[in-house]
Amino acid sequence: MQLARVIGTVVATQKNEALEGRKLLVIQTLDADLRPQGRPLVALDAVGAGIGELVFWCRGKEASFPFEREDTPTDCTIVGIVDSPAHVVKGKRK
Amino acid sequence: MILARVIGSVVATQKNDRYASARIMICQPITPEGEETGATLLALDAVDAGVGDTVLVVQEGWSASVVATGRAGAAIDSAIVGVVDRIDLLSQEQTL
Repeated sequence: MQLARVIGTVVATQKNEALEGRKLLVIQTLDADLRPQGRPLVALDAVGAGIGELVFWCRGKEASFPFEREDTPTDCTIVGIVDSPAHVVKGKRK
Repeated sequence: MILARVIGSVVATQKNDRYASARIMICQPITPEGEETGATLLALDAVDAGVGDTVLVVQEGWSASVVATGRAGAAIDSAIVGVVDRIDLLSQEQTL
């Protein structure tokens, strides 16, 4: 799983039927210092995330587990919304 | 999923059985702004996409083979699952 910022939305009318009603969001993956890392991806939303929010996402087959797992074609799903950038803490908290 | 533009197709008569009647498309990954990025790839078309379309490509074997062939377990790692109508992005200042 990786941190990311939701930077946009995607509209696609013509799509796989298992994606009907699902929200597609453009995300920019971030490193632990919240700096952009790699190129933007399109993620399926499983937690009600919105544009501008700091989230984390899951890759691979497991990305379909929040949905109808056998049928939902996704390799990238937003599975959590980070409370705030201050809640991303590097190092050990005392 | 990645964003890509369909730039062509491939015809192969002699191929794995599970690819029967599949449309194999050549896709160029793009940024949300529409600029080309990275190497081209082949993806099976599951949504009737055509050359010039901006599409969503799923790069995970299970999803790709279910979408493209109706069942899992085919030797397919990429499939087109949607044709993009529009992308709305935060401006650079809003992103920071």
